[in-house]
Amino acid sequence: MAEKSKSNSLLIKGGHIIDPAQKFDAPMDVLLRDGRVAEVAEPGKIRGGADAKFDARGLIVAPGFIDLHVHLREPGQSYKETVETGTAAAAAGGFTSVCCMPNTNPVIDSVEWVTWLLHPDRGAVVNVFPVAAATLASRGATLTDFRALHRAGAVAVTDDGKPVLDDKVMRDALRLSSDLNITIVQHAEDTRATEGCPMHEGPTSFRLGLRGSKASAEADVVDRDVQLAQASGGRLHVAHLSAADSLTAVRRAKRAKARVTCEVTPHHFTLTDADIRDYDTRYKMNPPLRSAADAEALIAGIADGTVDAIATDHAPHAAYEKNQEFDRAPFGITGSETALGLAITKLHKERGIPLSRIVELFTSGAARVFDLHGRGTLAKGAHADVTIFDPKKRWTYEAAKSLSKSHNSPFDGWSFTGKVMATIVSGRIVYEV
Amino acid sequence: MKTPARGSLLSIEHLPTREIDALLKLARGMKPAGPRPLLRGKRVALLFYETSTRTRASFEVAAKSLGAITTLIQTSGSSIEKGESLLDTGFTLAAIGADVIILRHPNSGAPNLLAQHLDIPVINAGDGMHEHPSQALLDAYTILRHKKKIDGLQVAIIGDIFHSRVARSNIHLLSKLGAKMTLCGPPELAPELATTLAPRVQITRHVEDAVRGADVVMLLRVQKERLAGLKLHAFDYIARYQMTPARLKLAKRDAILMHPGPAIRGMELEGDLADAPQSVIREEVQNGVPVRMAILARAVGKAR
Repeated sequence: MAEKSKSNSLLIKGGHIIDPAQKFDAPMDVLLRDGRVAEVAEPGKIRGGADAKFDARGLIVAPGFIDLHVHLREPGQSYKETVETGTAAAAAGGFTSVCCMPNTNPVIDSVEWVTWLLHPDRGAVVNVFPVAAATLASRGATLTDFRALHRAGAVAVTDDGKPVLDDKVMRDALRLSSDLNITIVQHAEDTRATEGCPMHEGPTSFRLGLRGSKASAEADVVDRDVQLAQASGGRLHVAHLSAADSLTAVRRAKRAKARVTCEVTPHHFTLTDADIRDYDTRYKMNPPLRSAADAEALIAGIADGTVDAIATDHAPHAAYEKNQEFDRAPFGITGSETALGLAITKLHKERGIPLSRIVELFTSGAARVFDLHGRGTLAKGAHADVTIFDPKKRWTYEAAKSLSKSHNSPFDGWSFTGKVMATIVSGRIVYEV
Repeated sequence: MKTPARGSLLSIEHLPTREIDALLKLARGMKPAGPRPLLRGKRVALLFYETSTRTRASFEVAAKSLGAITTLIQTSGSSIEKGESLLDTGFTLAAIGADVIILRHPNSGAPNLLAQHLDIPVINAGDGMHEHPSQALLDAYTILRHKKKIDGLQVAIIGDIFHSRVARSNIHLLSKLGAKMTLCGPPELAPELATTLAPRVQITRHVEDAVRGADVVMLLRVQKERLAGLKLHAFDYIARYQMTPARLKLAKRDAILMHPGPAIRGMELEGDLADAPQSVIREEVQNGVPVRMAILARAVGKAR
């Protein structure tokens, strides 16, 4: 559709803009120039020429989507994914920015590794925002140099994959977060209570003879963290929140004006533990798929505004790793390319949650969590990151055709309503159907 | 992923009732001493990732009684020790020409994994805490030698149900054939979740209530280390749940006492009770051979 993709200005014409940050939900044209949003105006009102035009008739034009939680696997596990392949998959999913987790090998706990990750040689197709480790080697003992990591380009800190369990370490981290205004991302899991548990505890875990972890192993940590955040004034972000009780804790914290945010993944609001059926490791992830009541609670939290962002927790793994005994297979599923389809199908089409709310969860809601200024909006002067999608188009996902290096998706063969048609980063089209 | 090859036996949960009946009927015609070379020239691989006495010996005798060639692969002394994955070991055995793989594995679902990738039948000889289908079939076979039918029987299952693959298989099988079950044990070993496994299952914390009026009293092994890990005291378990002659008297007069083995005398049952007239514990072991012969005959498609 675009006449030219490498140009200084691009006019997106005839589309319907949804920009929750500016409360826009109307037919409008957008002009991008020199990597920025130059103008947003009523149809046909933008004067002067553009180097290229994009015909967006019948499509939604939204600020570029931000994924707060992906695993790009570099350094150290490039057989699963690389920055290049992971960001290509992100672009295909409509994401113009991804925040990548530090649980690599070695762990991203130093300025050197943050700098390495941001180097052009990595071949990133979309914006990469590293989230650095909160403690050295993510061992949970000694805090990293938050200030230096932040200056080097890390947008937040976390020991994702592992929780910070030690009360004192978490208190110190949140105090520092308050001083420096950096968000601490917590993977909330009391690992002392979940050891050897490959799934959620319930009738399915009993039937399969697998050890089940309780939702309280997550909620108890969220409860504690919320209290520490309130006491310290620190900024806490709860990653991939999966349990109803955790959401209750976040809702309470928000009412008390604590600086607490949370993200929810598409798989946790779509699937339940029963979907594992007979040991299908494509459904094995951490936090685990929980009960139908938990999934319902997440959808309610998305509808009522408690949830700040939808994040994918895109976690690629090689086929041979997933083709193991359920206890041994690694946790995680890919998710970049299926997020919007799941959100529109499950939340908008089936539950009537407005499209503008869904766009908010992918854009301004996510941008606020890590203070990504000039992202998540199409305000004049913002970065020229745009996601264009067809909210009515039906399509079928084929994991084998994924741009990710790995194909470990439970949504292989699923049909969705809502498809990404083009992804624009800094005014350049990086993905187009 | 493939559909498991015909003749695979992965669980009782997914085994239709008519196939259970057919297997039990077939087993009644199997004579370990008789000349029945149904598996002549067939290669049966016994792939054992856990130690086992009765299941392994019983499957081996069953296979040999039917004329099969058997190969035993155990964790030590094989490439498993060198870090070969389960699937790769399975592919290796299939490449060598195995016609059937009998798998015992400490991880629940391991037989499902193997069956989803191989073209030959896989028989589950016990996987983790999941299922032990051949044990449940031989238990049903044993019950039917003492009772006319399973439909309507009252069965007490006492002991460590949570960790037991035998319990899960038996609960599925007895429920499918119409028995009513009362499970009994401390909540850590007999969780309320167990009642969600199948219809007609209830739970009690009082062993007397479980045994009263029962046609079958089935005990499960209780490991001291497990109790310790759950911070339970062995003497508490013994006092509250151990099967004693006095407790057994509460069952029907013609009740039978079962135990899949290995029985720990002095723990789940009072020492000499295993030898009491009501005990069919050794008979269960004996019945393992014809039942496993039937399972193998079905696996190679010679079930008629």
